[in-house]
Amino acid sequence: MKILEVQGLKKNFGGLAATSDVDLHIEQGEIVGLIGPNGAGKTTLFNLISGSITPDAGIILFKGKKISGLKPYRICRAGIARTFQSVQIFPKMSVFNHVVIGLLFGDHRHTTSISTNEEASQIIEFVGLSGMNELRAADLTLANQKRLEVARALATRPELLLLDEVMAGLNPTEVAEAMELVRKIRDKGITVIMIEHVMKAIMAICDRVIVLHHGEKLAEGKPEEITQNKSVIEVYLGDSTCLPSET
Amino acid sequence: MKDKTKKHLLFAGFIVIFILLVLLPSYASSYRVIFVTNILMYVILTLSWVIFSGPTGYISLATAAFFGLGVYTSAVLSGSLSLPFVILIGGLASFCLAFVVGSLTLRLRGMYFTMFTFALVQLISNFAHWYEVNVTGTVGRLVLALDSVIIYYSILVVFCLVLLASYLIKHSKFGLALQGIGESEEAAAHSGINVTLVKVTTFAISAFFMGAVGAVMTMRWTYVDPPTAFDIRLSFMPLLMAIFGGMGNLFSPIIGSSIFAYLEEILTTKFPYYYMLLFGGAMLLVIVFMPHGIEGIFQKPQKDNKGGSAEKT
Repeated sequence: MKILEVQGLKKNFGGLAATSDVDLHIEQGEIVGLIGPNGAGKTTLFNLISGSITPDAGIILFKGKKISGLKPYRICRAGIARTFQSVQIFPKMSVFNHVVIGLLFGDHRHTTSISTNEEASQIIEFVGLSGMNELRAADLTLANQKRLEVARALATRPELLLLDEVMAGLNPTEVAEAMELVRKIRDKGITVIMIEHVMKAIMAICDRVIVLHHGEKLAEGKPEEITQNKSVIEVYLGDSTCLPSET
Repeated sequence: MKDKTKKHLLFAGFIVIFILLVLLPSYASSYRVIFVTNILMYVILTLSWVIFSGPTGYISLATAAFFGLGVYTSAVLSGSLSLPFVILIGGLASFCLAFVVGSLTLRLRGMYFTMFTFALVQLISNFAHWYEVNVTGTVGRLVLALDSVIIYYSILVVFCLVLLASYLIKHSKFGLALQGIGESEEAAAHSGINVTLVKVTTFAISAFFMGAVGAVMTMRWTYVDPPTAFDIRLSFMPLLMAIFGGMGNLFSPIIGSSIFAYLEEILTTKFPYYYMLLFGGAMLLVIVFMPHGIEGIFQKPQKDNKGGSAEKT
């Protein structure tokens, strides 16, 4: 089943076409990697899907319903959560309250405070932040702040999760942990689209990869197909040392 | 543990002060009662200002507009309705104005929002003046003055209500959303918070109390015209008082505004010609030496404590 469908999406910033005529679809339960050089329009695409900005043309369907043009909070409540390229946390708020916000506002079915506390603790444990409930977000390491963003996003009970460079700036151990977390999220039945520059991660965990270039879709396919694609190699993997030796 | 006993002590202190306040007219001269009424007016304005601007960080200078609208509503209605209704309608008028203005302007951020709210005071004041000149044909109006004790108790009731509202907002889902909006509006929106609605509603609630206190104060003035009702000073005072006291918890703005208002009353009577100068000097010293207000002096040693509560803003 197609959980997300994007048709003819266009967005211009001044004279620059950040997204031009993008068509794509995401199947339920996939992990899809979104790659492309800087300025390719990856984050713009996330902003369009999550409602930060409205498209100039084209349509976005989530589970068959049109969501383009809706306000971000509506889209979040409909079941699409996201994280941000530059971490967007509430610096002075406790870890626990971040998750509570997600639970209380992102998910309409929520009512009692007892279940809120329990669920918040579960989510915090799931992303690997247990024992840090009362810490202020500003006091966390970058890796943990990224986990916190994921926790807040998960608390809104998404069916589709948009991860914008969750692995950027992390050390190899942290990257491995983040990869494991993304897999665990998918195993919960949540579809994931991830923008990532860490190619090792993309190749290892994505079912499918979409390549953007100058706001257009350049290629899509299985990770191993993408690495063989001539035009992709030209624009993006140009330097052969970037190619993963195995897989 | 230490933190808790401190909190209890503070709370007990406030109960004592509250009882003293309730009994005030029975042991103090009527001059004192009026004096405390004035202080309470500033405390209410500061608390209601903090309800919105504290957590969100949107600096509003519209206080005088909402206060003045309360004053005018009350001046028009006084004599024809009983006091509680006059106060309620005064508050509601400001609530509605804030709701409309908020819906239009709360998409502005930072400086632009502040400038707009500043201009709003002038706009409404001039509109009232224009209306009086061109429609009613008289500038200003006389108000049926009320006994100072009745005014005092009305102010005290409004004070209790604004305190209750601040507490409830701060400790609710709503307060959490406000804090989120203040710290990262974008993240708040993407976490399912209807940012616009939360901001506009809070702005309107804070305006309600400003209007209500204006409606009460009218009765003390006996005569109102646009310049007295929409006194721009009232836009700046709550802001300065909140900075002076700190905004981290409910007590700080109360303490800050009480001391500040007390100083102002003393200075205006003792040094009527220099008081603005003295006042400005005092304000400068506060900003240089106590950037976190009175609250900052008491909290510094605890700030490093990692267990810190989420409430601190």
